[in-house]
Order: sequence, then C-alpha cells, then structure tokens
Amino acid sequence: MVPGAGPATGSRSFLARLRDGDEIARLITFLFAAIVVLITLLIVFELWQSSVLSRHKFGLSFLRTSTWDPNLEQFGALPFIFGTLVTSAVALLIAVPLGIGAAIFLAELAPARLSDALEFFIDLLAAVPSVIYGVLGIFIVVPVMRDVIQPALKDVLGFLPIFRGPAFGIGLLTAGLVLSIMVIPYIISVSREVLLSVPRDQREAALALGATRWESTWKVVVPFARTGIMGSIFLALARALGETMAVTMVIGNTPQIAASLFAPGDSIASVIANQFTEATGEMYTQSLIELGLVLFLLTFILNGLARLLIVLTSQRGASHA
Amino acid sequence: MTIQMNAQLRWRKFVSNFMLTMTGVCALISVSVLFFILGYLVYHGGASINWDFFTKLPAPVGESGGGMANAILGSAKLLMLATLVGVPIGFLGAVYLAEFSGSTVAFVVRYAADLLNGVPSIVIGIFAYAVAVHPFRHFSTYAGGFALGIMMIPITLRSTEEFLLGVPRSLREGAMALGASKWKTIASVIVPAAYRGILTAILLAFARVAGETAPLLFTALGNRYWSSGFNEPTASLPVMVYNYAISPFEDWHRQAWAAGLVLLGLILVINIIARAVLARGIAVPRS
Repeated sequence: MVPGAGPATGSRSFLARLRDGDEIARLITFLFAAIVVLITLLIVFELWQSSVLSRHKFGLSFLRTSTWDPNLEQFGALPFIFGTLVTSAVALLIAVPLGIGAAIFLAELAPARLSDALEFFIDLLAAVPSVIYGVLGIFIVVPVMRDVIQPALKDVLGFLPIFRGPAFGIGLLTAGLVLSIMVIPYIISVSREVLLSVPRDQREAALALGATRWESTWKVVVPFARTGIMGSIFLALARALGETMAVTMVIGNTPQIAASLFAPGDSIASVIANQFTEATGEMYTQSLIELGLVLFLLTFILNGLARLLIVLTSQRGASHA
Repeated sequence: MTIQMNAQLRWRKFVSNFMLTMTGVCALISVSVLFFILGYLVYHGGASINWDFFTKLPAPVGESGGGMANAILGSAKLLMLATLVGVPIGFLGAVYLAEFSGSTVAFVVRYAADLLNGVPSIVIGIFAYAVAVHPFRHFSTYAGGFALGIMMIPITLRSTEEFLLGVPRSLREGAMALGASKWKTIASVIVPAAYRGILTAILLAFARVAGETAPLLFTALGNRYWSSGFNEPTASLPVMVYNYAISPFEDWHRQAWAAGLVLLGLILVINIIARAVLARGIAVPRS
C-alpha cells in the first residue's frame, strides 16, 4: 500500500488524486485523444486552405466543366466525377446482390462453425491491399474482359449504347468489376452482423405462420435489418469512391465522358495519384487538392449516413429483444 | 382444390430451396476470390522469388534481374515510423476514452476517429504532402511514415477502446478496493487484462497500412537506390509493385508478381497471427 494514499473512493480531494498521479495520467491521455480530433480538423483545414486559388478562380464551375488542360490552366472536374460515380455504380450493381446473398447464407443458413470459418476468409479478403487487386486486374481481368466478356456483351446486349465501342479490356466496366470484388467483403461483414442481430422470435413467428425458410428470411428478417443493410451498402460505396490504386491500374486514365462502359475513363482518386507529383504550377496542384476536397466531402457524407443507419438497426434489434 | 394448393406449396418450396442455394453460391463465389488471388500470386510470383529478390538493388532500366532489397528495407522503415506515430496516439487516446472521459468528449473523439478511418488513403497522402513534404521542399521517409501512422490511429484507437471497456468491472473494483490509484489500476490491472485484444488491434492496424500504396506516392515517393536515414525519398514494396506492374517490361512484371506475393504473404500472416492471439486469450466478456 502506498503510504499516505487515502481510501480509494470517488470523493478523494483533487490534491490526493494529483499526488497519486491520476490527474497527470488523465491529462496525458487527454492530450493524445485531443491529437486525434486535431488531426482530423487539420485535414479539413489543409484541404480547404491548399485549394484556395483553384476554388476562387473556378468557383462552382469546377464541378460542372469538363476541360482539364494543365497548359491553359483550365481545370474542370466533371470527367473525374463522372468516372468515379460510374465505376462505383457498376461496382455496387455487382457487389450488392452477391454480398447480400452471401451474408444471408452466413447469417441464416450456415451452421455457426462454417459461418465463422467463412467470415474468417472474408476478413482476410478485406485485408488484401488494393495494389494487389490492381496487379490481378491488369494481368488477369483485363485480358479476360477484352477477349471474352466484352465481345460477348457486345453480341448479346450490343443494342444498348453502354455496351458499344471497341473492347480495350481497360475502362470503366473493368474498373467497376475490380472495385466490386474489393467492396464485397465490407457488405458481407456488416450485413451479416445486422442480420444476426435480428431477434429470433421474428423468424419463429414467420415459420409458425407457415412461411417457407426463404419467405421468412426475405419477407421478415431482411426487411427488419434493411436500414443496417443500407448502411453496409453506403459504407461500401464510400470505399469504392475513394479507392485509388486498383482503379488507376485498370481504368485507362483518359479524362472523358463516354456513353459506353467499354471506354477508358478516369476517376478523382486516380487522377490525383497519376498527376500530383508531376503537377507544375500552383493552380495545377491546387486543382488536384480541390479534387481531394471533393472526394473527402463525398466520403464524409456517405460514412456519416452509413454509421447512422447501422446504429439505428442494432438499436432496433436490441430494444426488441 | 387440394391439387392446386399442393402445386402452389410445391412452387413455394422450390423457390425457397432455389433461393437458399443461390445464397450459398454467392458465399462460395465471394470466398473463392481469396483463393484465386492467392493461387495466381503463388503461380506467377513463386517462380520469381529468389535470393536476389531479397538482397539486390533494382537493376538499371532495360536490364533484367536485380531485386528489391531497398524496397523491403524502405517498407520496414516506413512501418516503424508509422507504428511510432499511430500506436501511442491510438492506445493512449483509447485509454482516455475508456477510463477518463465524459460522454461528450468521448463522442467527439470517437466521431473524429470514425471520420479519419473513412478518409480515402489518397486524401491522407495529400494531407501528408501538405504538412510534411511541401514545407521542406523534398520527399522523405518521414513524410511517408507520418501518412501511414495517421491511418493506424483510428483502427488502433477504436478496437483498443472496445477491449478496455470489455474488462470486467469486478477487476477494477478489486484493484481500487486494495487502495490502488486509478492510473495504477489501469496500468497494472486493466491494460494487462486486455493486452491480447490490444495486441490484436495493433497488429491489424499494422497489416492494414503495410499494403497501402496511395499515401506513399507523393510522400515517400520511391527510390531505385538505398535510402540513407529518414530524410530521403525511399522505395517501398507496395509502390514498387505498382510501378513495376504498369511498366512495359516483361521482367518487371515478373518482379511485380513476386513483390505482390511477398507483400500479401506478410499481410495475411500478420492477420492470422492477430486473430490467433485473440482466440487463445481468455474470453473477454462485454460489459
């Protein structure tokens, strides 16, 4: 026992706590917690401050025009915003059905041990770095897209303008496909959690009314968890929008707005990755930083919404149980 | 009438079985991607990994051969700096959240951490460029390590906090009843009780940033030679994988596969170790 230390109660005097080191420990850990908030604020401040020239010169037309000409110092972000949104939309179209299907299997059908084992692999899949997806994208997915999938799509669905034009292999469709593979683990993990939080009596009531296993899952369990599942989709969308390396390696890096998904494009993250080091002149660099600011705001809003939805669902499950 | 009902019931049962099978197929496809990735990397990269890969500098452009010794050392240096930045802030911040803070401050810090966790890695790169490269007018290992360190903070912080909160109340009360001050309770009872969880959190954060490429592109940049100290640009494995994969040279593609295999192997092994550490620990009850 420390000599002089009083009985440990909550009502010890400030001096006693100071002597025991509690106030010092509180202060030190508080400083480190404050650093977290400070860094976050500093990121917003730096992005805002370092894009001041470009924000003042172009104003809102930065988001609406599509000329990206470093020589004339004309910068419009529309092609990059277009590429980012289109690739993310393609990614979600593929990843959402697959991810939710897999999550239903893991949460509703698979025995606990199998479900945990598969979840382990899904977690590992989420840990694969983006540049590795890029390597597989360039050397494996692109040739398959060019030689097999894109010609086939053209044959069958060629009457749609989005499936026309030469099959390069690289382009918006391929970037979307690679992105979809990358975000599936997020959808599965979060959706599985929210599905598992649906109270047992919901399932039992549906089954007791004569519903088949699928009907109880699809008409009762999934609707109960739908806000949380939406949350997982927003989370995946936020990841897809900000994803850099894998997209850069397969999108073709051509700032254009094309009707066809086969056409090469460019995204916000990949134009920053490609041009930042070679950007000469303040205006060029600042325009790229403003793109970063746009990306930050997009992901900020989506992440906020996603977290809100996930919290709402788990609270609903908890209050029901 | 009954025949009709039977047909309808049979249809519903068919739909049920069909859709449930489809969900299994979805799960199978998703998980098999991991094995495809591993398979391709081992197939293409395995043949290219040799002693030179770990011991030699990259060969001059156009010549084949050479290795990535400088990138391996560079990655190690970057990750060391990242750990020095990310772990103390994440860990001590979590101690504050779990043990000292009121609910308002805790909410703000958690919110900031979640926000930080969602910031795209390329934006972290811009930030590190603005505060650690631009003022000094040169790329450096410091700047790269700083960028990776920032990315480690939120992951370490949030999981550590959760494991600290999971330590049973009875342990705290026992220590306090023996007359220990609060910080002594934390240092000698709570943190040791949660150390497996904390170690897991740190390992996962480490593995997450080990493969990050985007924040290094304009902070640590890259280097075809050894980088001395921490004040010069340095090569790193992920950036090497990127540069070699998009190059036009066949031999560089081969080395990109090899570097990718080494990188992914490292990350998966750390992930598996992290989960094993947690699984073998005493079950942490949630309060």
